[in-house]
Amino acid sequence: MYVELKNIDKSFGSFQASNDVNFGIEQGKLIGLLGPSGSGKTTILRMIAGLETPDSGDIYINGVRVNDIPAGKRGIGFVFQNYALFRYMSVFDNIAYGLEVQKKSKEEIKDRVSELIKLIGLEGMEKRKPNQLSGGQRQRVAFARALAPNPQLLLLDEPFAAIDAKVRQELRSWLKDMIYKIGVTSIFVTHDQDEAIEVADEIIITNHGRVEQKGSPLEIYKHPETPFVAQFIGQSTILEDCTRLNGFAEVKPGEKAVIRPEFINITRKDEVQKYISAVEEGTIEAIAYRGSYFEIKVRVKGILLTTTAVLEDVYEIGEKVGVLIYRLYIFDEDNAYLLENKAMVDINSVFI
Amino acid sequence: MSQTNKAIQQKSTNSNAKGVKVLLISLGVIFIFIMLVIPMIAVITYAFQDGLKAYQEAIFDPYTIKALQLTLLATVTAVAINTVFGLFAAWTITKFKFRGKQLLTTLIDIPFAISPVIAGLVLVLTFGKIGWAYDFLNAYDIKIVFAVPGIILATVFVTFPFISRELIPVLSAQGTDEEEAAALMGAGGFNIFRKVTLPHIKWALLYGIVLCTARAMGEFGAVSVISGHLRGKTNTLPLHVEILYNDFQLTSAFAVASILVILAVIILILRNLIEYKAKKAGEK
Ligand SMILES: Nc1ncnc2c1ncn2[C@@H]1O[C@H](COP(=O)(O)OP(=O)(O)OP(=O)(O)O)[C@@H](O)[C@H]1O
Ligand SMILES: [Mg+2]
Repeated sequence: MYVELKNIDKSFGSFQASNDVNFGIEQGKLIGLLGPSGSGKTTILRMIAGLETPDSGDIYINGVRVNDIPAGKRGIGFVFQNYALFRYMSVFDNIAYGLEVQKKSKEEIKDRVSELIKLIGLEGMEKRKPNQLSGGQRQRVAFARALAPNPQLLLLDEPFAAIDAKVRQELRSWLKDMIYKIGVTSIFVTHDQDEAIEVADEIIITNHGRVEQKGSPLEIYKHPETPFVAQFIGQSTILEDCTRLNGFAEVKPGEKAVIRPEFINITRKDEVQKYISAVEEGTIEAIAYRGSYFEIKVRVKGILLTTTAVLEDVYEIGEKVGVLIYRLYIFDEDNAYLLENKAMVDINSVFI
Repeated sequence: MSQTNKAIQQKSTNSNAKGVKVLLISLGVIFIFIMLVIPMIAVITYAFQDGLKAYQEAIFDPYTIKALQLTLLATVTAVAINTVFGLFAAWTITKFKFRGKQLLTTLIDIPFAISPVIAGLVLVLTFGKIGWAYDFLNAYDIKIVFAVPGIILATVFVTFPFISRELIPVLSAQGTDEEEAAALMGAGGFNIFRKVTLPHIKWALLYGIVLCTARAMGEFGAVSVISGHLRGKTNTLPLHVEILYNDFQLTSAFAVASILVILAVIILILRNLIEYKAKKAGEK
């Protein structure tokens, strides 16, 4: 493991911001730290950087325990949530600062800064001050400034938070490409799961100062290990009682279920049904246009479910439809597991 | 028809507003004229009433020159001390979290709150013959009360909030992010201060220094108590003016006073220059 956190605890007064945090990160990976607001993401990042000291536990970078190494000596690049560019310095001076601190020669600094400015595509803007740049451009400068001294580890705190949706999309893929090109191990914080899923090789999910799960985006999506993750990932709705639904009779009392739009399929009444015994009857209650698809609310046995339909399928409010629920995440206090629709599986086996 | 009515109405409200504006401006101008300009002109005319020669004599009188030197010495020292102190205090208060921070902030303001005369008395009570530090000071042959160090101390005391008060709002608005970013790149404390913090507070600092200088030069109350009015030794310009005045040497008194007026005008010009420059820097 390249970066390793072992049993990290951190409190601010009586508030526990990190609670027995453990994880390891391999070299060269791009890691997304994902969690709701206040779950301790920034705190973890700041402790790795050395801007905050853990109350107990050890932090290792490249096999060296860094707890007692000051922030400036850890070889870490940090992109702040609001960029924290030096506002009285030009773009050039911002990027050059870390190199000047290292007492690099004038030519070396000039070469490196020009190289980075080319990399971030801001040629010709070297002399501008941060407040003469757009949000996206500032973000790029912050990125270049963090990279200039060739850090071994790059930490980014909500790098896209202050940027509008469209530019954010571009910057995401840009950042991902850059990080791969440079090959620097990186951790970025976000509370936007789409962002984490799209950008990260691996996701670490935090909640109430604890690490809930760590894994690839697909793993986390398909196999949530804790009730929190099951509810947090995807567009999840919680069903208090799902034993009523066809094919889920075996769910024990006290267990709840998480359902996502993609677990549900709706069909017209007159369509031929493949899994007749699994299909429920539902009534459409609301239809919302979401740009490239419809979001549909359908009531089945008194339970309101949310699903999606392609634009070609035009339904009407009040229409009776067939609803097929493929699977649910079942969870209780401690565990979460995936449960396929039994009625559906049974029919299948008969046909085969 | 109604439209013209409206236009007329608008015009009348406009001219009303204009009337108020003119009234307020003239009130302000008259007030400033009576309170500031006339007295200043009076000082200058009085100073020259016995002719240029008398003015020159008063100005180049050895005691006046001594007093001017002492005033400049006390001012420069006090401003230097307070600049350093003000920077430290403002830095500590804005960049660190600690207990008693509120108390420290309040303590800094004390000289604003208490009368300078009392400040002088406090110093006499502490360092004078009846003061608790007297034996110690005496043992090492250090004289504070009725001596130059006392004058400087009093000036420092009275002017010490000026610089930190100017800096605290600017520093706390800046936050600590930029400093953290610099520290992460391995920069040392002094480098961070010089390269990151100082550019930010430069104008506020200069402004504070100017205000502090103006106040230090004019200080009378605290200095008056602690100086003992020893001509040529512990007399500052304001004290010298008072002595001359009490001696009915009006021409001399006003001539010396005119030095202070000229210094004040120079400082005011500096102040405006700084404000103008800071504004321009802010717009950039
Ligand atoms: N310096 C501090 N003093 C006191 N409490 C703090 C401090 N820093 C963070 N906290 C608390 O610790 C908790 C975790 O904060 P943290 O900044 O790590 O959250 P986060 O996951 O980054 O949230 P967000 O997504 O909103 O940025 C929060 O409840 C916060 O109030
Ligand atoms: Mg945060």
